[in-house]
Amino acid sequence: MAIARRAFRRFSAYRGATFAGVVTNTMFGFVYAAVFVAAHAVAGDIGGFDAVDTATYVFGAQAFLAMTGAHGDREIAERIRTGEIASDLYRPVDFQLWWLSHDMGKAAYQAIFRGIPPFVVGAIVLDLRIPTSPGTWLAFLLAAGLGVVLAFGVRFPANLAAFWMLDARGVVALTALAQVFLAGHIVPLYFMPDGLERVVRLLPFAGITALPVETLLGAHRGLDLAGVYALQLGWIVVLLAAGRSLLTAAQHKLVVHGG
Amino acid sequence: MVGERIRAGLADYRTLAAAKLRSDWQYRAGFVAMFASTVLVTAMDFAGIAVVFTKTPELGGWTFRDVAFLYGVAGVSFGLADFLVGSVEQISPRVRTGVFDMLLIRPVNALVNLTASEFTFRRVGKVAQALVVLVVATAVADIEWTLGRILMLPLTIVSGTVIACATWVITASIAFFTVETQEIANTFTYGGDLATSYPLHIFESWLRVLVTYIVPLVFVSYLPALYILDLETPLALPSWLRFASPLAAVAMVVVARAVWRAGLRHYRSTGS
Amino acid sequence: MAGVVETRDLTKTFTVRAKAGRVRRERREVVAVAGIDLRISSGEMVGYIGPNGAGKSTTIKMMTGVLTPSAGTVRVLGLDPITSRVELVRRIGVVFGQRTQLWWDLPLRDSFDLLRAVYRIDPQRYHANLAAFVDLLDLGPMLDTPVRQLSLGQRMRGELTAALLHDPALVFLDEPTIGLDVVSKHAVRRFLAEMNRDHGTTVVLTTHDLADIEQLCERMVIIDHGRIVHDGPLEEFRIRHGTQRTVVVDLEVEGPPLQVPNTTVVRVDGARQWLSFDRTVTTAAAVVAAVVALRPIRDVAIEEPAVEELVRELYERGGGA
Repeated sequence: MAIARRAFRRFSAYRGATFAGVVTNTMFGFVYAAVFVAAHAVAGDIGGFDAVDTATYVFGAQAFLAMTGAHGDREIAERIRTGEIASDLYRPVDFQLWWLSHDMGKAAYQAIFRGIPPFVVGAIVLDLRIPTSPGTWLAFLLAAGLGVVLAFGVRFPANLAAFWMLDARGVVALTALAQVFLAGHIVPLYFMPDGLERVVRLLPFAGITALPVETLLGAHRGLDLAGVYALQLGWIVVLLAAGRSLLTAAQHKLVVHGG
Repeated sequence: MVGERIRAGLADYRTLAAAKLRSDWQYRAGFVAMFASTVLVTAMDFAGIAVVFTKTPELGGWTFRDVAFLYGVAGVSFGLADFLVGSVEQISPRVRTGVFDMLLIRPVNALVNLTASEFTFRRVGKVAQALVVLVVATAVADIEWTLGRILMLPLTIVSGTVIACATWVITASIAFFTVETQEIANTFTYGGDLATSYPLHIFESWLRVLVTYIVPLVFVSYLPALYILDLETPLALPSWLRFASPLAAVAMVVVARAVWRAGLRHYRSTGS
Repeated sequence: MAGVVETRDLTKTFTVRAKAGRVRRERREVVAVAGIDLRISSGEMVGYIGPNGAGKSTTIKMMTGVLTPSAGTVRVLGLDPITSRVELVRRIGVVFGQRTQLWWDLPLRDSFDLLRAVYRIDPQRYHANLAAFVDLLDLGPMLDTPVRQLSLGQRMRGELTAALLHDPALVFLDEPTIGLDVVSKHAVRRFLAEMNRDHGTTVVLTTHDLADIEQLCERMVIIDHGRIVHDGPLEEFRIRHGTQRTVVVDLEVEGPPLQVPNTTVVRVDGARQWLSFDRTVTTAAAVVAAVVALRPIRDVAIEEPAVEELVRELYERGGGA
């Protein structure tokens, strides 16, 4: 918790960049919303969602961009490259948990200052669907929280690639790329062709953005919602375990090479 | 005199950009991976458009082929601009740390020096991808080719590239005055690329005003495409505007030149 | 004859926006350079020194076209550095010791070749110059090494070559010996002295290491709080400001501090004592005579204060000349 709080404070130092990010997210939100609304104008409902749902989805997904580090967060990889990672490894707290807490703090900051403002602007200018039932909000907040952990689960192993490669930028960039598309930032998953959509919905990326935002729209309830959580939790367990074994291998390598 | 300066600028650009390419090539694995990710990012943009058209036959009355053509024109223009001068965005850290000084002690135009020194080859990936889309879209679109339309296409690409270049330079010049909001530039450059890939009339009116009158990005693709594809627009725009892209390009160059010079003057009077 | 550098009342003020309270920001004018009159003639080697924040770099930046003066004028090689920046920098060389102008990831040789293209150096002259520099600075073994792998000393030799390849009439060197070992420092100094002697290159040198100036520069300009507080030969500076001297005596036997008129014992170490005196009040001969009259001595030496010491004292007095 203390680690998360410190990360929160550290990132609040970048006010200018935050403001600029909000402007960018908002503008992209309006462009994407207009495109999909134009599609709804011809096609009517798509995958059970109407134009207002989709506009809401677009601003929701924009709000998730920064929070889930979809543009390729390389913080850990950079520390590995510069060797600063050594001091992190000697800390008396678990390395993976330390970074997870750090990420949660960062995500909390991004959610409040990068996520909410574009959504509010979108809601003022456009007709968005804001849930009124507290149950929907609760279901959404839990799904969003799991989405942030899941995003960390994906990003952590990609960053650890820096232990084995001189330049891990490519690996991180490609992972982020997959995330942006498969988590539903370019198009909502329900716009995808059916076969593709079915597969994409099973991948971990879907649980990062698409499923939480759809939960906000009230699309997942009851058993369906339980399925969403199960998918998120399942992938979290798998990815954190994968990250952990990679970390062990990396530490072993460090010991062998004498740091 | 002016011609000589332009020739010298181009020669310097070539020299410095080639040096940067050789430097980047020292890190081959990263170079290749970043190149691949650039190609994929741009491919993903187009995949997004293709996906939307799996659910609808048209967008604002435009077919997939029409929008693909629009995307190709906008993508080639913005891609070329990004390739040539997009690295001007590196000005922000340079001004903040004072490294910009090092650009001024060389006998090279400061803008040429900056863009060439930060030249990023992988951005050619965007150009290549958009060019493929443009060629295919031009081939399959049912365009009634007249001499005017044949001439209009290259003229549009050149004007669009110039407009996009100017947009990059203007937005990057913000860094001379304030280091804090430089990323807003991306809204106009990459955001402009995205917005000009779609028919203008599907957007809210304030957004249309923004890309028509504030930053004239509508001249990059939409207006000339109306002429080349022979499409109607629901917007009340004078029809001669379809041919006015070169004029918009000239105007943008004049503005960009003034803003860049004002920025440089400001930097030199405030120091780092 | 016109000076290579001529400034008249050269002034630079910066507007600093400081936070005052939560939202309010206060604008404050800070004078970095407060009216400098300087004339440097062709072939001079000038040491330009001052404490941090005295305005050294700001002055150099105004002379190289990086910054616009707030007031006053500056002409370098007869040109206005701002309006004729490109033309001017083609004819001068600049080394900022803390920043590289070499291509970090490319072999050193490539940097030189790139500069040849950018400065449009005639190929024949380029090859002749490069050969001469390789010889003078012993660059041979490192020409094919990427710059990032060079040691600081090697890199500085590369930087000097880069700044001088195009036969500039004038070079500005900002801390060219910072962080270098003794051998590299010596190489840099010897090279600069030779360039000045053989090619008449005018050198303006800012440094924290006064040994650079003692060994190279006839003339020393000291700036503090944006003003010139000394401008003249090094020797003159020593005479004007170095009035304190010290007589060091080794006595036959240890004893209490000596009571000699017009002197103060500043240090005692066994049988050795340090007596400080003001050269304008008494003389070394008088002091030694007085000591000999008091006690038997074994040896005597007279110490002059190092320039470094004098400069530090000058800064501490707040530059009040």
